[in-house]
Amino acid sequence: MPSNKSVSDASIVQFTNCRILRDHQLQREDLWVREGKILNPEKLFFDEKGSADVQLDCKDSIIAPGFIDVQINGGFGVDFSLATDDFKSGIDLVSQKILSHGVTSFCPTLVSSPPSVYHQVLPQISVRNGGAHGAGILGAHLEGPFISKEKKGAHPEHCLRTFEAGAFQDLLATYGSLDCVQIVTLAPEMRRSSEVIRELTKRGICVSLGHSVANLSQAEEAVQHGATFITHLFNAMLPFHHRDPGIVGLLTSDKIPAGRRVFYGMISDGIHTNPAALRIAHRAHPKGLVLVTDAIAGMGLAPGRHTLGQQVVEIDGLNTYIAGTKTLSGSVATMDTCVRHFQEATGCSVETALEAASLHPAQLLGIEHKKGTLNYDSDADFLMLNDSLCVQATYIAGEEVWRQDVLGM
Amino acid sequence: MKLIILENYSQASEWAAKYIRNRIVQFGPGPGRFFTLGLPTGLPRDHPESYHSFMWNNFFKHIDISPENVHILDGNAPDLQAECDAFEEKIKAAGGIELFVGGIGPDGHIAFNEPGSSLVSRTRVKTLAMDTILANARFFDGDLSKVPTMALTVGVGTVMDAREVMILITGAHKAFALYKAIEDGVNHMWTVSAFQQHPNTVFVCDEDATLELKVKTVKYFKGLMLVHNKLVEPLYSMKEMGAERSQPKKPYSD
Repeated sequence: MPSNKSVSDASIVQFTNCRILRDHQLQREDLWVREGKILNPEKLFFDEKGSADVQLDCKDSIIAPGFIDVQINGGFGVDFSLATDDFKSGIDLVSQKILSHGVTSFCPTLVSSPPSVYHQVLPQISVRNGGAHGAGILGAHLEGPFISKEKKGAHPEHCLRTFEAGAFQDLLATYGSLDCVQIVTLAPEMRRSSEVIRELTKRGICVSLGHSVANLSQAEEAVQHGATFITHLFNAMLPFHHRDPGIVGLLTSDKIPAGRRVFYGMISDGIHTNPAALRIAHRAHPKGLVLVTDAIAGMGLAPGRHTLGQQVVEIDGLNTYIAGTKTLSGSVATMDTCVRHFQEATGCSVETALEAASLHPAQLLGIEHKKGTLNYDSDADFLMLNDSLCVQATYIAGEEVWRQDVLGM
Repeated sequence: MKLIILENYSQASEWAAKYIRNRIVQFGPGPGRFFTLGLPTGLPRDHPESYHSFMWNNFFKHIDISPENVHILDGNAPDLQAECDAFEEKIKAAGGIELFVGGIGPDGHIAFNEPGSSLVSRTRVKTLAMDTILANARFFDGDLSKVPTMALTVGVGTVMDAREVMILITGAHKAFALYKAIEDGVNHMWTVSAFQQHPNTVFVCDEDATLELKVKTVKYFKGLMLVHNKLVEPLYSMKEMGAERSQPKKPYSD
């Protein structure tokens, strides 16, 4: 068919025989892609009188937006909190490997570390688009060191800090630069945290509450100053209490400013939270649930000992503990297993499970106009999955960047 | 006229679809030989319920038609009458309409040729009757002020020029219009009645739409269904037609 497109000569690909996730539903529709973006076929047909150059039969796959992991500490032997000489190749390795888990964008996460680590590592992290080389980097997630000693979890105590006289200046001095920082996790009960939260929010940085002993009013105050996320709900915070729900109470708080939504990360690997707790959170506030892996260097490797920043962790199956203790420290779960486990544990629809890993993190970071959906003009980052939600192929900007081996991996 | 009476909406739709398919296949379209399908027009562009969206979602996106072969009246054209005249020219250039498929309104109109439209009218701008505006209100959240009051439409004369006309009528609310269309005289208040003077008309309807007809009429045409069903069985395909090119089949006529 002659294609006399008036807008662009770039090749148009039509993905047929598939079910796409659009408007919160799986619909039997074709997906059209041009120049790395999702194309509106109706406009193409009537305005440009154009048609597809290539038609691909997706063999009845599910097509979903690519997963976005906003909390991942490393993997495949790479630890983002370790300032090594080959840090850059480490981040490249992880970004390339996670394509097979369906992750098309991520926030490399650093646990509480000495300032020297931040000063060395952060300049080596740059926001960049994904592609055949690997998943896109949206910016760093700095989890700590301005967190509570009592809820440090796997973070090394000697790295924890408080806000002194300088408050925001202290934070800047610790991190060195905020140029490529997307998310900061801190404990809101710390003195002067409100002004820090306001400063970070002003700079477009997402503030997350975690590793904290804050009560509900302290948490609500933090949200009023701009905090929008909760780091791994239930873990490293006070447990829910019926007279003081603590940070967990934000899920149903009535003090959230109008038009804003509080999101919360959940590591649905079956270990960090009991499925019943996962269900309670999901049912209380389904639209805020963001699946994260919190994966550590040992993810993708054989069981044994690995590093996590300044600590040594021990991996045994799916469990990861600080060596010699029973303190959980990150996970070795992959994003696609988290999505599958979440769907099984909550019995939610396929659409809900997929959105928890794509739409919701995009909404959290305010980028849903270009990521996290299959809407027209969005970036064409998407996955082909089978009915069991196993990733068959990963696409970034309309190009196939990973495909499941026919013989299985 | 052939009056095809099926039990319900789905059966009527299916019969009509099969008939159109057979007509297209037997016509033997190809490059330079277009099967021109005519359809009535509707709301202006740029609306989610616009005719363009309707046609895209219900027809074009399911088939492999070339966009250049699709001609829809553009309600946003700067000179509406010129747009209408150009449309008439396009029909002539394509060799005339082979088959026009349409429905009727409860007031017996075909396309937007409201009661009072000339029976020899051509493609033009038409003011819509209140009945039609009310019926269209559902596409505009029930807000009458938002419903367009004018539409571009093919004329009755334009449709009469088609080599064959198929009208789909389903539902009890269309029954009186069907009665006026086929059992009463030709009248510009019920513009569909004009097709009584067309040599090749097919009315496809369901039981409910026959509620205002004489029992005699209904029985007569139901009795003819054995013959009429030969138009949809067997169902032809383009591949088979290539082999049967040597024996051209003349469409059954009454």
